[in-house]
Parts: sequence; C-alpha cells; structure tokens
Amino acid sequence: MRHHFIAILTMLLTACAATFSSAFEIEDHAIFGDDKSEQRLRILSTADIEFFAPMISSYLSATPEIQIDYTVASSTEVMRAIYDEGASFDLVISSAMDLQTKLANDGYALTHVPSSLPSLPDWAVWNDMVFAFTQEPAAVVISKADFAGHPVPSTRQELIAALRRDPERFYGRIGTYDVRNSGLGYLFATQDARTSETYWRLTEVMGALDAQLYCCSSDMIDDVESGKLAIAYNVLGSYAAGRGETDRLETVLLSDFTTVMLRTVLIPRTTDQPELATAFIDHMLDRTYGNGPTPLQNASPDISITDAALHRIRLGPGLLVFLDQFKSRSFLSEWESAILQ
Amino acid sequence: MSEPVAQGSLRRNLTVMLLLGAVGLALLVYFIVQSVAREIAQESQDNVLAASAISILDSARVVEGEITIDFPYASLSMLDTVTNERVFYAIRRDGRFLTGYEDLPLPTEPATAATQFASDTFLGEPIRIATARRGLSSDAGASTLEVSVAQTLSGMTQTLARISRISMFVGGGFFLLAALLAVLISRATIRPLDRLAASVARRGPKDLRPVAAPIPMEMVPLVRSLNNFMSRLQRSLSRSEEFIAEAAHRVRTPLAIVRTKAEITLRRVEKQENREAIRDMIRAIDESSRTAGQLLDHAMVTFRADHLLDEDVDLAALTQDTIESLRPVSELKEMEITAEIRGTPHLRGDAILLQNALRNVLDNAIKYTPAGSTLSVTLHETDDQAVVTVQDNGPGFPKDDIDGLRYRFARGGNAAGTIGSGLGLTIVEDVVTAHGGRLTLSNTEGSGACVTISLPS
Repeated sequence: MRHHFIAILTMLLTACAATFSSAFEIEDHAIFGDDKSEQRLRILSTADIEFFAPMISSYLSATPEIQIDYTVASSTEVMRAIYDEGASFDLVISSAMDLQTKLANDGYALTHVPSSLPSLPDWAVWNDMVFAFTQEPAAVVISKADFAGHPVPSTRQELIAALRRDPERFYGRIGTYDVRNSGLGYLFATQDARTSETYWRLTEVMGALDAQLYCCSSDMIDDVESGKLAIAYNVLGSYAAGRGETDRLETVLLSDFTTVMLRTVLIPRTTDQPELATAFIDHMLDRTYGNGPTPLQNASPDISITDAALHRIRLGPGLLVFLDQFKSRSFLSEWESAILQ
Repeated sequence: MSEPVAQGSLRRNLTVMLLLGAVGLALLVYFIVQSVAREIAQESQDNVLAASAISILDSARVVEGEITIDFPYASLSMLDTVTNERVFYAIRRDGRFLTGYEDLPLPTEPATAATQFASDTFLGEPIRIATARRGLSSDAGASTLEVSVAQTLSGMTQTLARISRISMFVGGGFFLLAALLAVLISRATIRPLDRLAASVARRGPKDLRPVAAPIPMEMVPLVRSLNNFMSRLQRSLSRSEEFIAEAAHRVRTPLAIVRTKAEITLRRVEKQENREAIRDMIRAIDESSRTAGQLLDHAMVTFRADHLLDEDVDLAALTQDTIESLRPVSELKEMEITAEIRGTPHLRGDAILLQNALRNVLDNAIKYTPAGSTLSVTLHETDDQAVVTVQDNGPGFPKDDIDGLRYRFARGGNAAGTIGSGLGLTIVEDVVTAHGGRLTLSNTEGSGACVTISLPS
C-alpha cells in the first residue's frame, strides 16, 4: 500500500479536484473466477491481493460463475478515484476509516441492510453504508536482539523510559509512520493523540532520537527484521503477525492502550452491479461474524474485545474532525515540531 | 291497554354522547401529546446541534493574526452517539467560506437569536442545521465567525415514529378508559329510573300506595305526579265503592218495609188476579233487595281484600257452619246438602270473607238447580292446598261462556227467571284471588255444575 495522503487530503478539502487531470494511480490488479463471465464484480481496495484473496476464493467456491476484478490502490488514491473522478466500482475496501466515513457521509455510498444484520455488532456498521470486517491493532514491533537482557516495554511510559535510558542504542533506529504521507499513519496518530497526552511525549522522544519516517507497515517490519530498526511504532499488527514465528521480531500490543483499526467495505454510488455487491458484502459479513473463522489471516474481529486497553476506533462523524483542513494543519504542525527536531 | 310509543333511549343517547366526547378528548390528547413530544424531541436535537456548533466556535483562536480552529473531536462525534447520523458543517468568516461543506445552506432569516435553527435538504437528505456566531478580533480588525452544523434526521425519524406510537397508545388508552366510564356512568344514571319502573311493575293490581323509596332530585316531579295520580285513583275507587255500599244500604231498608206491606196486602186481597200482581211485586222486591245485599257484600269484599286479615281459619268448621246456615233455604226447595269433609285444613286469611264466598257458591247452587236435587260439598287437603268442591246435579253452566260468569253483573244465559244480581261469582273470585287461590268453574258430564275453590294452606 502506498499512501500519498496529505496531498489528496488538501485536494479534497479545498475541493479543487480539477487540478488533478490524470486518473488515480493503481498499484496492483488481479482477476479471479470466470474471466469470460458477464457478471463482473469490481473491487477497489487498499488491501494487498494476498491478504484479501482468501475471501474472494471462499466466495467463488460457492458461485464460480462470477468474475471478480480486484484493483489495489492506496487509500488516498481510492478516495481520489471515488470522490473526485467518479470511477465506477462495485465495492470499495479501505483501511482508512476516516476516508470511508467521509465517502459515506458525503453521499458517495449506497445503503444496504445486510441479511446477517442481527449478529452484526453495532460498532461494525455505520448508517447501513460502511461495514467493518476486520479489527487490526496498531502494534509496536521490536527487534529481539536489541532488547536482549532488557525488559520488553509494555506501555508507552516504559517505552519512553527505555528510550531515554539508552539514547545511543536507539538513535536513528526508531521507525514510525510519516503521517503526512500515510493515511493509516495519520489515523493512528490522531487517535493516539486523542486518547492520551503520552503520545506527544513519545513523539518528542522519538523525534529527539532522529526517528525514521515510513510510508508503510511492511517497510518498517522489513527494517526491524534486517536489524536496521530497533523499534517500529504503530505498525499494523496483522502485517507483523503475517511474518509468522521469527526469532528476530517481537510484536507488542501496549497495555496502556492499543488503537484498533477496522477495515471497512462500502458500495460506491457508481456501482452498476448492486446485487452482486450486496451479495458479496453479505458473504464477507457472514464469514466474518458468522460461525467459523474468517478466511482472512490474523484479522479476526475476535481479539479480546472486552480488553479495556483496546481502543477500537469508532466509525462515525468524529472521524471527519481530523480531515478538516484547519484541524489537520494544526495537528500536522504540532506533529512536525515534535518529530522533526 | 295501548303500548307506550318508545322513541330513542336515554341510556343509549347518554352513552353515545359520552363516547363522542371521549373520541374528541382522545383525539385532543393524541395531538397534544404528539405535538408536545415532537417539540421536545426537536428541542433536544437542536440543543445537541447548538452544543456542537458552539464547541467549534469556542475552539477558534487568533494566533499571530491567523485564525486557527482546533475543534474538539467530540464536536462532531457527539452528533452520532445514539443513532448513526451523517454530519455536515461549514465555518464561515464574515460570510466567506473557510472550511467544511461549502454548499451547506446558509440561514435564510436574519440572525435574531444567538443560535439559529433551520430544516433543509442537503445531498438529497433532509437535515437540521444549527448556526452560531461569534465576534472575533484580530490585527485585521473585527470579524464574525459563523459555524453551521447539520445532521441527518434518522434518529429524529425514529424518535418521531416512537412518539407517534406512544401518543397513539396514550390516546387509545384514554379512549378505552373514557368509553368504559361512559358505559358505567350512563348505566348508573339510568339505574334509579330502572329501579322505579321495576318497583311500580312489581306492585299488585290494587296497590295504589305512593312511591316512598328515595329517588334522585330530577325524578321528583315525575314521581310526585305518579303519586298524585295514584292517590286520585285510590280516592275515586273508594268513593265509588262507598257510594255503591251506601246506595245499597239506603235502598234495602225501604225495600224491606215495602215487602212487609206487600205481604200484609197479599193476605187481604181476595181477587186472584190482584194476588198474582202482588206476588210479582214481591218477587221483584226480593230481587232488588238481594242485589242490594250482594252489592254490599261486594263492597265489603273489595274493602277487606285490600286490607286482608291474616288470621288462622279452620276451613272444616267454616264449611260446616256455612252449610248449616243455608239449610233452611235448601229445605224450602226440598234439596239435600251432603258434606264430606276429610282432614282438618287450616289456612291464614279472613274467615268472614271466606264464609261469604262459600255462601255465595252454595246460594248460587241452590238457586240455579231444580227443586229436589242434591248438592254435595267436599273438602279435602292436598300437599299445599285445601280444595272445596261444590257439585250439583242441575243443568250445569252455560257451555259457551263459563269463565265470563266471573265478571261483575254477568249472568248465565240459562238464569232467566231466577232472582240474581250477577255479582255472586265475582265476589267469590275476588275473595279467592285475595287469598292467593284459584276458582275453577266446570261442568261434570251428565251431572250438573261443579265449582272448585283451591286455597293455599
């Protein structure tokens, strides 16, 4: 996933889409099922093909006569495609909950009442437009080698203390999202800042230790694995767990609070296959909230939901607040002054 | 007697009017509850919108000549706490758009209150907008910051549907209660009238006492008229009875004198044709005096039956006495009276009346049967009755109208040539009825008339 977030955000909010004449940028593309079929479901998604393919396969195993056209783009490109260019897709899947909410709020999504609604938790649906199908925590990934003989920090306070105790070891070896470019990083950062003031202290400490800024979780995990980074903060837990058992990495869910992102799906207004789209959404929700495990790896919505430390981001108009240009400008300037020292 | 003409029903009219009132009140309650609840719901939605707009407004600051608006997360998320709502906002400075949704409708009316509210449509959805304003002074001079916050109405729609349902229930419940009350009230209102009607209907045919039971004020004129009417009827009845008795009494004495004179004259008269004339005269006098006697009897019976005595009567002794008192008359006609008395029946009643009745029956029998016939009187008891039967072997009752003989002054078609007033069986009937008994007239095939008196013992 590539997030060229802030440029698009500015574009959105100043409503001068006309300056962007080119079509949105595609990262990957795949076709599943019967490629001769007239029934074609077009999905625009921020999720990697490997991540989402099991869900598509599970659907096609029951209805093989359908062709599924899967396009991968960054969350800002997805927004640009739907919001500005009016591109025609049947489903939009994104990890940027705020942008999905904005699409729905501003009338770019169709309503649908899923057949499995009774078992659908309240937090997983907004306005019958946006449906969550994963819960993915923001984790800290540490390199085991660097913490050999040291206690693994389990809260932000302990993390700050560890960084301050041994600044030489961590200087230049801390990674986190560049929230100016990453939609998901911006979402995590704003939610962290909303939850606790500790976030700003941590950001300042990381800034003082010359934190490295990344566009995506996978790059951070790669660098921790290679030993280039000692700590990566706010990494998608599902991606980290996707690396499987390794003796170089350890994934930590901080116990003071852990922000949990919901990956969501909606039906854009531009769909020309609304029946296919609703059938696919029903299938996704059924596989997610019905009996049996979801086909998506490490994205189970069952992570101990009752845990008070888990801060599940709530779908709703609150997410529009940090998309406001005034709000984002002041947030970004505060973030920059903390991280760029 | 002609049936009264019934038109409408008080109870029904009352019930219908009360029900109509209940319908009206229930509708009123429905609309009042609905409109008040709607207003409250609208007000609470407006309050939340106003709080949101004001919290955004309060976050505006001037930093180094620039406006920053660091509005709190809750300012928008608070609009979505109960139901999912789409939320729109616009921030304007001196009417110039700064951020949010540029097309969000502006307040149409000039600002009067601190916060303005309007209902409008945005992106095809009905919305409610709150707009708040605040003065802001910066280096560039004073300006006005205007914040509009809008939300969709899905929660409001749900609330209104619930309000509608609740007010329907309230109105319906009110109606049911009022309807129940209407039925109860109309029934309670009519009850004294029903009670009066029942008490009047329950009375015996000769009970003309005034109504004494307490009645509601509104019925006093009716009951007063009724009492008045009944007392007039009573007075008129007793006056006519008294008149008859008085008249009979006054006639009887001179008749007795005339009869005595006629008999004396008869002895002196020699000429056969004159004797015949005087005999006719005597017979006519007898008839008149007998009628007068029976009229007296009848008046007495009527009076005593109204105030019936309740004393122990030995029916056997009474029957025996009556037969004995009539023996001289029967022997004149060479008739034999046999008495067969089984048991000793006693009953409660008026001995004088009963004796009078029995004497009338026997008197009739003696009078209407030919000389030399036999009268048999039997008295026997059943479980709850004493039965007196008088059987003769005369010609019997006229076959076509036996029961007509009970009426006053009715005489049998075969009674011509016999002295009689037509009052005898009427007296018997009155006495027997007053005692709760029954008078039966019948003919026994080939052996004359049979009169049966059944009295409860």
